Amino acid sequence: MYAGAGDNEIISKVLQGDQQFFAELVNRYRHFVFTIALRYTVNREDAEEIAQDVFVKAYRSLADFRRDSKFSTWLYAITTNTCITFLRKRKIVTYSLDNEKIFEFANSTGVINGKEAEHKSKAGLMNKAIRLLNADDATIITLFYKGEQSLEEIGQIMGITSNTAKVKLHRARRRLKEKLETHFAGELKNILD
Amino acid sequence: MPNNIEQRLWNYIDNVCDEEEREKIEVLLQNDDEWKKKYQELQQVNRLMHESVELEEPSMRFTKNVMEEIAQSHIAPATKTYINKRIINGIAAFFIIVISGLLIYGFAQINWSSTENNVSPFALYKLDISKYFGKQFLNIFLMLNVVLGLILFDMFFGKKKLKHRHN
Repeated sequence: MYAGAGDNEIISKVLQGDQQFFAELVNRYRHFVFTIALRYTVNREDAEEIAQDVFVKAYRSLADFRRDSKFSTWLYAITTNTCITFLRKRKIVTYSLDNEKIFEFANSTGVINGKEAEHKSKAGLMNKAIRLLNADDATIITLFYKGEQSLEEIGQIMGITSNTAKVKLHRARRRLKEKLETHFAGELKNILD
Repeated sequence: MPNNIEQRLWNYIDNVCDEEEREKIEVLLQNDDEWKKKYQELQQVNRLMHESVELEEPSMRFTKNVMEEIAQSHIAPATKTYINKRIINGIAAFFIIVISGLLIYGFAQINWSSTENNVSPFALYKLDISKYFGKQFLNIFLMLNVVLGLILFDMFFGKKKLKHRHN
C-alpha cells in the first residue's frame, strides 16, 4: 500500500487516522518481532501471540513514539518487554545449553534430530545452534546480525549501556561458537571447508 | 583496553575500537601468527552469522489478525498531553521543601558542643511535635488519606470493570 515510504511517513499517516497504513509496518517488521518472540519461547503459538500483542501495543502507544530513535529500535524494545512480561505471567522456563539437559530436551522435541533438509544448510545449522542459546544471547545476536541495530540501539532495546551490550554480544558469540563446535562439529567443518 | 585477544579482535571486526587500538591490532595481525589464526577463525564465524542468521516466518494470517485486533482499539493520546509537567514539578517542590525543612529543623536541634561519649548529639527527647501537629491537624490528615484511598479504590475498580467489559 505504501511500500516505498519511510517508517516515519507511515506513522504520520496512521496518526492522522489512516489505520490501514499500519499494515505496512506490520508487514515490514513481523518476521523480526516474531523471531525475537521465538527466542524467548520455544512454542510458535506463544510467539505468535506475543508478536501480535507487540503490534497492538505499538499501535495504541504510537503517539508516544518520539522519533528520536528508529521505529524499529522502539518496536524491539516493546518486543523484549512484552516477552519478559509474558514469561513472568506464564512462568515459562527459558533454556540454556549451559545446562546439558536442554540437549535432551532439544532431541526429544525434534529441534536437533529434525528430518528437515534445512538441517544440512548453513541457515538451518545456525538457527539450530541459536535455539540452544539462552534467550538473551539469542536475542542480542539476532538484533545485531538481522535487526540492523547498533550496539547503542541494542543497549536502548535491552535497557543496558552500549558497553554492556558490547560485552554481552562478545559472550553470546563465544557461546554460539562453542555450541557449533560442540554439537555440530562435523557439519560446521563441511560448511567452512 | 580489553586484555584478551578474542575480545580485542571482535572490537576490531565490529569497528568499535579507537584508531590507536586499530593500528596496534593491524601490526599484531601482520607479525603474530597466533593473532592471525584467531582473526581468521573469528572472521569465519562472523561471516557465517551474517550470512546464516535467519528470521522465522509467522503464520499467513498474521497481519490480518493484527489489523482485526487494532480495528477495535484506538491510539492513546501521547503521555505528554495528559501529564502536566507543572503538577509533577509542584509535587517535587513540595517534597523537597518538606524534607529540607525537616533536615534544617533536625540540625538546629543538635547540640554541637556536647562532649559526652555515647550521648547522641540529636536531642530528640526535646522534640515536641504537639506544638505543630495538634489533634485537629491529625484528624484532617487522616480524613484526607481516607478520601485519597477511596479515590484510588474507585479508579482501580473502574479500570477492572472496563477491562472486563472489553473482554
